[in-house]
Amino acid sequence: MLQEKLLSICPTATFEENTQWPTINIESTEWRRLAEHLKNDPELAFDYLFCITGVDWKTHLTMVYHLSSTIHRHTIVVKAKIADRNNAAIESVYNIWATAELNEREAYDLFGINFTNHPDLRRLFLTDDWVGYPLRKDYEDPINMIKL
Amino acid sequence: MGDLIINVGPQHPSTHGVLHLVITLNGETVKKVEPHLGYIHRSIEKMCESLTYRQFIYVTSRMDYLSSHINNHACALVVEKGLQIEVPQRAQYIRVILDELTRLASHQLWWGAMAMDVGAITPFFHAFREREIINDIMEQTCGARLTMNFIVPGGCMYDLHPDFVKRVKDFIVFFKSKLSEYDEMVTNNPIFQARMQNVGSITKENAISYGCSGPVARAAGVVCDVRKLSPYDVYSQVEFTEAIEKEGDCFARYKVRMKEMNESMRIIEQLIDNIPEGEFQAKTKAVLKLPKGDFYSNVETARGDFGVYIISEGGTTPYRIKFRSPGFCNLSALDHMARGNKIGDLVAIMGSLDLVIPDIDR
Repeated sequence: MLQEKLLSICPTATFEENTQWPTINIESTEWRRLAEHLKNDPELAFDYLFCITGVDWKTHLTMVYHLSSTIHRHTIVVKAKIADRNNAAIESVYNIWATAELNEREAYDLFGINFTNHPDLRRLFLTDDWVGYPLRKDYEDPINMIKL
Repeated sequence: MGDLIINVGPQHPSTHGVLHLVITLNGETVKKVEPHLGYIHRSIEKMCESLTYRQFIYVTSRMDYLSSHINNHACALVVEKGLQIEVPQRAQYIRVILDELTRLASHQLWWGAMAMDVGAITPFFHAFREREIINDIMEQTCGARLTMNFIVPGGCMYDLHPDFVKRVKDFIVFFKSKLSEYDEMVTNNPIFQARMQNVGSITKENAISYGCSGPVARAAGVVCDVRKLSPYDVYSQVEFTEAIEKEGDCFARYKVRMKEMNESMRIIEQLIDNIPEGEFQAKTKAVLKLPKGDFYSNVETARGDFGVYIISEGGTTPYRIKFRSPGFCNLSALDHMARGNKIGDLVAIMGSLDLVIPDIDR
């Protein structure tokens, strides 16, 4: 079964209850190793990474990856917890799924998460001299932001 | 001789939106293409954190404005999934018919802009003339020509205009005769074929790895139509074939979209005479509150797989919302497709990818 297989790769992972797709919570240090297994294992074969999201939970940050397989037609959600807000870092997976290259630049631009080993990490939507990370919950901008 | 670095855009002579590419050239051969985004970044995701679940739908019409009904449909589906609302049958039929009309209008505009990119000016006017008929039908029923905020959580905002069914049927008969004219003018033209065949190829594995979806992936052989894989509303009850090609070049993407126009008309014909009577909107509370948790739903827009991901903490506004836009991932494959080709081919590839920049920048 999918759950036993993932637990054998990542023993410290936990699963969430009552979700739309199987959801697994891991620490950010385990992500790269799990990603290689998800792509290369023929029983899992998750080759389509369709959504990369960053979330700010006020005490810590999380990266959420939605993966799907075009061969077996199953879907999984991986949530990687990044504990340190001030030096947020997680490994890049640009050479496993090519779509990660542009998507991780977007997460760096809006959240300030540093993707180690990324070939070209710089801002995407905002200008290069912008200060701050707008999608974080503690972002202040007295000129442009209107608080309701 | 060194490399030449030049800018393409952000202003273009054809309707692409503000796409700024910095290309590195060696003579006329493209060595690297780098997109610079952010000219129309409006921080929609942050804005939606302070809008209620009934309000955030209107912002999504402005993201991919050529498939605005389909974007609204995705947002309505995710809210209905979270609140477990049952949509009445009449509303489901109306939503699917409006979706397919929007897909037709979007592909018509793409066809005109694609032909203009490679040098033929006349098809642009033909495409817009036929598109006006769809815009007039939308204006009569929904009240707007481009950003029709008609689909709401629970169904549709109002009922159909009494002339809607007759006008759509007349349009289908009229447009079928036009499609064979389009084939004569553009598809079978040897100059057009020479510019599009074997240009900008992408293999099936690369298309999946880059996250491509929609006609770009289907032209490379990937079976990925969301209407078939995870059907929503009445798509499970209509018959249509998915258009798959093998070569992955510009001409294959062109053929996929022409076939999709035929299939859209087929879907509308199956549904237009059988719209059931009943309610057009389910009864919902005035203030919607999604329960705590994550919800995701995706639809097939004219460009590909559009997804809405909501993380809710139980309040009236979402905690985090993410829009998975198809154009973003299709654009990331542009660099891979364009290397080694000439500048003129780059223009043809940009046209065949059918990018809408507000969808990419959000």
